Amino acid sequence: MGRGSRGSWKKPLAEAVWHRAVLALQLLAIDPGLGGIAVRARSGPVRDSFSALLAWLPGVQHRIHPAVSDEALFGGLDLSATLATGAFVQEQGLLSRPGTLVLTMAERATTQLAARLAMTLDAGHAHRLVALDEGAEPDEMLNPKLAERLAFAVDLSEISIGEAVSVSDFDPTAAITHLRQVTVPDDICDQLTRIAAQFGIDSLRAPLFALRAAKAHAALLGKMTVDADDVEIACLLVLAHRATQMPGSDEEEQDTPEPEQNETEQDQSDTLDLPDEMLLEAIKAMLPDNLLERIAAQKARQGKGSGSGAARKGNRRGRPMPSRAGRLGDGARIDIVATLRAAAPWQTIRKQASGRDSLQVRSEDIRVKRFEEKSDRLLVFTVDASGSSALSRLAEAKGAIELLLAQAYARRDHVALVSFRGTEAEVLLPPTRSLVQTKRRLAALPGGGGTPLAAGIVMALEQAIAATRKGLTPTIVILTDGRANVALDGAGNRVQAAADAQRMAQTVRSQRIDALVIDTGNRPEPALSALAQTLGAIYLPMPRADAARLSQSVAAALED
Amino acid sequence: MKHPFPFSAIVGQAEMKQAMILTAIDPSIGGVLVFGDRGTGKSTAVRALAALLPPIMAVQGCPVNSAKVADVPDWAMLDEKTLVEMPTPVVDLPLGATEDRVTGALDIEKALTKGEKAFQPGLLARANRGYLYIDEVNLLEDHIVDLLLDVAQSGENVVEREGLSIRHPARFVLVGSGNPEEGELRPQLLDRFGLSVEVASPKDIATRVDVIKRRDAYENDYTAFMLRWQAEDAAIRDQILTARRALAELTTPDKTLHDVAELCLALGSDGLRGELTLLKAARAYAAWRNDTALTRMHVKEMAPMALRHRLRRDPLDEAGSGTRVARIVEETLG
Repeated sequence: MGRGSRGSWKKPLAEAVWHRAVLALQLLAIDPGLGGIAVRARSGPVRDSFSALLAWLPGVQHRIHPAVSDEALFGGLDLSATLATGAFVQEQGLLSRPGTLVLTMAERATTQLAARLAMTLDAGHAHRLVALDEGAEPDEMLNPKLAERLAFAVDLSEISIGEAVSVSDFDPTAAITHLRQVTVPDDICDQLTRIAAQFGIDSLRAPLFALRAAKAHAALLGKMTVDADDVEIACLLVLAHRATQMPGSDEEEQDTPEPEQNETEQDQSDTLDLPDEMLLEAIKAMLPDNLLERIAAQKARQGKGSGSGAARKGNRRGRPMPSRAGRLGDGARIDIVATLRAAAPWQTIRKQASGRDSLQVRSEDIRVKRFEEKSDRLLVFTVDASGSSALSRLAEAKGAIELLLAQAYARRDHVALVSFRGTEAEVLLPPTRSLVQTKRRLAALPGGGGTPLAAGIVMALEQAIAATRKGLTPTIVILTDGRANVALDGAGNRVQAAADAQRMAQTVRSQRIDALVIDTGNRPEPALSALAQTLGAIYLPMPRADAARLSQSVAAALED
Repeated sequence: MKHPFPFSAIVGQAEMKQAMILTAIDPSIGGVLVFGDRGTGKSTAVRALAALLPPIMAVQGCPVNSAKVADVPDWAMLDEKTLVEMPTPVVDLPLGATEDRVTGALDIEKALTKGEKAFQPGLLARANRGYLYIDEVNLLEDHIVDLLLDVAQSGENVVEREGLSIRHPARFVLVGSGNPEEGELRPQLLDRFGLSVEVASPKDIATRVDVIKRRDAYENDYTAFMLRWQAEDAAIRDQILTARRALAELTTPDKTLHDVAELCLALGSDGLRGELTLLKAARAYAAWRNDTALTRMHVKEMAPMALRHRLRRDPLDEAGSGTRVARIVEETLG
């Protein structure tokens, strides 16, 4: 049960996917060292049938959600019991006993929660984590820190209920006992490590998990030694979804020095039952065709703020956070329960001191609520005021900015204005919310001279970094009509100017600052499109300044 | 109980291991920050360090591990004060820790049951004379960071809250680890770490296979594995003790002081802490190698880990700060 013939493993058919998911769960039941399983599926009958199988996992199970508090996880003072008995009662946290945690809406787990759970899994107290990921979009996914610590990941979203065939009952007890006796031939370690490396899997947890999975599979089938079958299944279950490159792709040749590849080829011929090649093919067959594009998309997204801005803390709006001691006023809201909890231990002493027999709460007990909200965004407009622009499209560029400003106003964003012309760039307007002032300065924008694009980017970057420190989330909007022709040092050298601009663009990207490139030229300029690519930015050619179309596309680009 | 994975059995990661050993030789270097990718053995190394450290003498049951009977704080209310040998404390500061747990707070149990105002020491007290380890240090809540900055600087924890007024020594070596992709550290906190190292997964297959095999042996052939590597750990511990003695004898020529100052000037690192740490690290390194005099070589070797996190951030420099330090070291010291 749960195991098809060898052939069925090689096709990503829905039924095979379901069997693999079931098998992964069985292996997890046998060995808690596998950490857990990430299940990507929308809520529905298929996920329900899978959730029913979670009963296989030994030990207690708790459901947690992404907003679970530290107190629930780690335990703390049990207020009601403490007050009722007049003695200190400690509440047990969910993590204090080994068991299975089922994290719902896992894609919404914050880095903080992920770090806490990761720490728990790392501690090696036989916790298992089942992360139910309901992400709808490709970029809504489980926190990589957690995904890294779960051996398995299955995607049930493409399975229909008919394909989620019912499986007979399973009891891991015998396999758990048997697991201790399973031995691993020496070359298996080498093979798993090599395969992981060929798929560009950097972390060493992956081959370790694969090794454990192979052993658990051998135990499941009552074998004494791990064999090629177990290795293949372990690779499919543990390594396939972690792949970041196709073996033999260009990228790999850069990463892996030649000699090792030779060694690999020699090794595989003599000892192994199942050559690397076959395993590689088996895993490859499981990978989606668009793997490389998906990875590129993921990399581009990594760490970048989506349109809404980075998180910051406040005391009025947003997601609740643990409350802290503080003073009322300044719009702060009191956290009644936390305040009572802080006052509780003192009641005996205070009653003795004051002689009054009523609840006594003092100002130092006050706890205030805190919330995490999204920070404001800063749009750094970087405007080309060079000769070519001034003559042709400067007016339209200004129109475009006003459109953007209107949107910025609607979102209550901040704006800054940098212009570049001649040999240098200048900050015309430091970050502000005064949009009237911005418009006035823009109206007075003088034109003429060369196009020192690199200098403009540098100035914009400085503004953006300063804004990040103040807790804003900056986006750089570059408006230009063409080629850089003034280098950073002020010399009129097209080649050097273009190289400088590219270099600065890379710097912006490495700082993970969002950008938007608007080409105001009559004809789309390939150099600008290339620049946008380096920036990881959206490129918008604006050949005929159709205000409505421009407004729409910019809004879409910024919304992201 | 299973002991942590032995320090000596960690494959590769020479710089990280070296940095940790140096703090064991001279705790005043002031801690290590380990930044790197997932799955590179950051936490493993710190937990392994605990087993490696030589034991200390401390008063039995003292909440702040006092070295002398006279130093035991009054609030500890110890009746019997005897010195015992105990392992160097390595205290974990988990991310979810509240302010109360870190600094110590009113002992709620005593307050409730006896109506007594007593102090319950926190993690900072327990870490005194030892190590304080923060995994995912870049995700630590801001108010806890503020607290740590102050204590790490003054070596003293002052608790003025809930009607308590307590101060106790809290001198510890701060060890932090994290993944820089998830957030940056404030420069003030960066500065509190003496040394900083960057780790990456080993790239060559043979090393990677080694890592997997040792981990597997640790999990499945525990007894034999520990027997083999605990001996190696003991050898390192002896070498640390030898180095501590050698450190006292080590001379520092003026020429080296000049080198250190010149290097820090060229790098434009903020403040004098960089110079002091580099000097201490170079001395500890020389003692570890059992060299009799401090030379330019020691300074050059230690410069990247002592200085890379103290440079002003330059967004226009694509190379990592480690590369920048190495480049300037080459330019200045040749």
